[in-house]
Amino acid sequence: MTLPEEARVVVVGGGIVGNSVAYHLARLGWKDIVLLDKGPFPNPGGSTGHASNFIFLVDHNKEMTKVTLDSVRQYKELGVFTESGGIEVARTPERMEELKRRVASARSWGVEPVELLTPREVKELVPFINERAILGGFYAPGVGVVDSLRAGTLMREEGERLGALTVAPNTEVVGIDVERGRVVRVRTDRGDIRTEAVAICCGVWSPRVARMAGASIPLTPAVHQMIDVGPVPLFEKTVGEIEYPIVRDVDRNMYERQHGSEFEIGSYAHRPILVDPDDIPSIEEAPLSPTELPFTKEDFDPQMEDALELFPEIVGDERVGVKYAINGLISLTPDGMPLVGETPEVKGLWSVAAIWVKEGPGFGRIAAEWMTDGNPEIDPHQSDVARFYDHQRTSHHVRARSEEGYNKTYGIVHPMEQWSSNRDVRLSPFNARERELGAVFFEAAGWERPFWYGSNERLLEEYGDRVMPREAEWDSRWWSPIINAEHLALRDRVGIVDLSAFAIFDVTGPGALPFMERMCVQPMDVPVGRVVYTPLLNDAGRIKADLTVMRLGEDRFRIVTGGLDGPRDRKWFADHLPEDGSAQLFDATSAWCTLGLWGPRARDVLTAVTPDDVSNQAFPFATCRWLEIDGVRALASRISYVGELGWEIYAPIEQGARLWDVLWAAGEPHGIVPVGIGVYGTTARLEKCYRAYGNELELEYTLVEAGLARRTVKDADFVGRDAYLKQREEEPAAVLCTLTVDDHTSSQGVQRYMLGREPVLTRDGRPLEDREGRRSYVTSAGSGPSVGKHILLAYLPPEHAREGEELAVEYFGDRYPVTVAVAGNRPLFDPDNARMRA
Amino acid sequence: MRVLVCVKRVPTTGGRITLTPDAQEIDTRFSGWTVSPHEECAVEEAVRLIEAHGGSSTVLTLGPPAAEEQLRDALAVGVDGAVLLETDGSEWDPQETAAAIAEAVRGLEGTGGPFDVALFGNEAADTGGYQVGVRVAGALGRPCVTGAKGLEARDGTLVVRREAPGGGVEVLEVPMPAVVTVKEGINLPRYPSVPGRIRARKKEVARIAPQRRGPRLRKRRLLLPEGEGKRAEVLGHGPEAADRIVEVLRSVGVL
Repeated sequence: MTLPEEARVVVVGGGIVGNSVAYHLARLGWKDIVLLDKGPFPNPGGSTGHASNFIFLVDHNKEMTKVTLDSVRQYKELGVFTESGGIEVARTPERMEELKRRVASARSWGVEPVELLTPREVKELVPFINERAILGGFYAPGVGVVDSLRAGTLMREEGERLGALTVAPNTEVVGIDVERGRVVRVRTDRGDIRTEAVAICCGVWSPRVARMAGASIPLTPAVHQMIDVGPVPLFEKTVGEIEYPIVRDVDRNMYERQHGSEFEIGSYAHRPILVDPDDIPSIEEAPLSPTELPFTKEDFDPQMEDALELFPEIVGDERVGVKYAINGLISLTPDGMPLVGETPEVKGLWSVAAIWVKEGPGFGRIAAEWMTDGNPEIDPHQSDVARFYDHQRTSHHVRARSEEGYNKTYGIVHPMEQWSSNRDVRLSPFNARERELGAVFFEAAGWERPFWYGSNERLLEEYGDRVMPREAEWDSRWWSPIINAEHLALRDRVGIVDLSAFAIFDVTGPGALPFMERMCVQPMDVPVGRVVYTPLLNDAGRIKADLTVMRLGEDRFRIVTGGLDGPRDRKWFADHLPEDGSAQLFDATSAWCTLGLWGPRARDVLTAVTPDDVSNQAFPFATCRWLEIDGVRALASRISYVGELGWEIYAPIEQGARLWDVLWAAGEPHGIVPVGIGVYGTTARLEKCYRAYGNELELEYTLVEAGLARRTVKDADFVGRDAYLKQREEEPAAVLCTLTVDDHTSSQGVQRYMLGREPVLTRDGRPLEDREGRRSYVTSAGSGPSVGKHILLAYLPPEHAREGEELAVEYFGDRYPVTVAVAGNRPLFDPDNARMRA
Repeated sequence: MRVLVCVKRVPTTGGRITLTPDAQEIDTRFSGWTVSPHEECAVEEAVRLIEAHGGSSTVLTLGPPAAEEQLRDALAVGVDGAVLLETDGSEWDPQETAAAIAEAVRGLEGTGGPFDVALFGNEAADTGGYQVGVRVAGALGRPCVTGAKGLEARDGTLVVRREAPGGGVEVLEVPMPAVVTVKEGINLPRYPSVPGRIRARKKEVARIAPQRRGPRLRKRRLLLPEGEGKRAEVLGHGPEAADRIVEVLRSVGVL
């Protein structure tokens, strides 16, 4: 086969991911697709070839679960899925609680049926298990095994049948040429291919291939060990691939499955063994395959006793031998999520990497849709390869976090759990002061942000039970009642909040206004000095971002967005910059620090330190001004995410400490308190029912559903306008509502507080599903100390989105009564926003 | 009955072999570690002798601390005890190796009684010197049979079958104690079971610091033979490939 000289897209890598991408592109009408791999088909030697190939369905992460379900659907369509059922067994009471949480996640994402089993019930399904070693199990009958190599073959065949695909095995990429920031050519050992699009689907090799184009794909190959024992006399009569449910011994970080007459034991329990992508052997050098490295017994052997304890009849049989054992290579990323999307460094260079067999076809479809019209059906923003800051792409960070994450593969991970490796990377100028005040730091995009302050413990006495103390360990893990005390003090007096994690971009130039107008839903042609909160949409009218924009001059705008969203949002803006260079985007994140000063006394504090007029008349709400604050020239923006009078104050980063000190000193007579992100991001926000990107706002919901559709739509054209206008004509399929919990008492008589992502049910326990098939679940949860209620946000089908509607929320196996307090977008606290506008 | 079996830690092969930059060693970055197939058979033979006649078996190696892995592999399939003659990992020549093993055998026999049989692989998988077993026999003044393809103990003697040069089989009777070097094919070695591996982990490995006499052979350098790397060839797709496959299977003699 000769290699074409030109292609519309070159897909590099013929594992399950590359095959899926090529297949979906072909189905979406692409022609001239070339799929190449340095190895032979059907098994070119990557991770797909040694994958265990089973698929468990339920993850606490919605995106991953949806992609997994979509993959299962596709595998079934291809006829390569064998349903076996799967059981996660518990050896500890903590795990039994975790399994209840998994049932709840299954309900939230619509994975059914699932059930909790007693040890005896587990034994009925898996007769060779030692039921005395376990306390119970979480059973999902829909779990199964796929033939991922066969799936790949069928996908290639379909691509070829459509006349869209050329398959080139034994073809190695040796270079990717980039001109003016765009891919132009793939060079291989069998000739060059001109192309404007390349999809890197190279699994553990992806960083190496991306580097050829000057881009980075931040993953590390890591070892996952597995052994095969057999032949098992007990399985003598089994026919086919699998007849018994797969068992995950999650407390031991292991899994076991019958596999024909053999029994496979896999482990994530051993020390993390990371491999440099440059140290993977070539196909020629590899004794087995490049991703099946020699087994290191000393790492695995300590876990054999766990397997023996759980399956003594099989593993303890002296006649059953260890026949195959490998250190299989898999991909790990610093945050455990895949790496999908166009790389921010090179236009036309796409990453579809760090994806396992259970997600392959789903992410293949997402990538193909994204490449086709920028509008994947499932929102992949958590997997977006553009989500990383530079420091997060360093090998130091990738290795540190991958190592830390590895042993959490089957862990019980609290939703607020913090990383412990590679901390103290981005420190605001207030950091030294914050430490003195006993700040407890949580990390956001590398920034160390105070979540609450130890020095505020004294407020607990002042506020007593109004801080809504929590009894259950899980509910109060990574939490403190001090958060709620800070909240009350902010509402009573004044608080100072470190907001330096904001991402800040300046857009300048004669084309700045038309550019901003085109990007934003809200009008940008506003007077200089105005601050506008605006969503951004994609072409399909789905929510891409929400952020604030300050108009600093005729030709100058400052964009402020969340630290976690910064790199994605920056790419979104950069991708749309005018070709003629009339507008420029400058990332000023590392130039400005930000302090929030809010509360009824905020004006008193500011007045004391600035000669400028900060009265309501001179400095009204939703405007920004340059102020002189004790010799610091700072930009103050009168908006609030906490619903109080006050300002975000931006100062040059090296003058931040000075700014803090002067505000602190001026605030002391007014009882100023340092306030952490626990208030800013959760309690104060939820009392105001403000939406957060990634919680309430994402591609899968519309502005109308989110209650963010304004009365009018500007005349100027903007991205997503047509679709948005159409959405406004239709009855929304769901309405974002605010709910409060009526009774917190669990079946054990303990007061419990939900943390988010729980399923919303009818009072008699039926899940709610809107007409687009989306389940209702808690998008955000937190205390509302000023309203004395635990607050939940959730999208509800319109027939349930009625104030006073009585519903329920499932949490650790119990149902709690909740009531819809607000249907749509109206704050629970200070509904008229009088305080902010004071 | 007491049986000794001696093994050597060597890199696994299978992929293309490359050398270290100084051409003194095989590059083992991508290798696992194992013993030669002959030695695997020798270990199996030791286990079978004890299963048949009772007594105890001991596995011995001369090598770096990491060679404990190969000792435990032997323990995992049923060898009773293990001895590591610990070196710094540099290659000992056959004379040095044999002298150290003979010395260790004398010591072990002094406390535990004589080994009726000392088994070796016919040759090591890496150096292929064919010397160590023979030299140990010489040093201990014991009879030696090389290239054994069958072994039986009967009333104080060993009956050993070996392939005669040019075809045919030679059957020898040897008084014990004796040294036998074993060839692959004498048996089908068993896989370790998980309980076997667990037991092996818990067993003691005796360590002896061997005296080195000084090498009398000096390696100049290794040279790689010119050869082909692994290459995959697509014989065809679907049923059309059948004829080619039959052809290939015939050519390798399995049809």
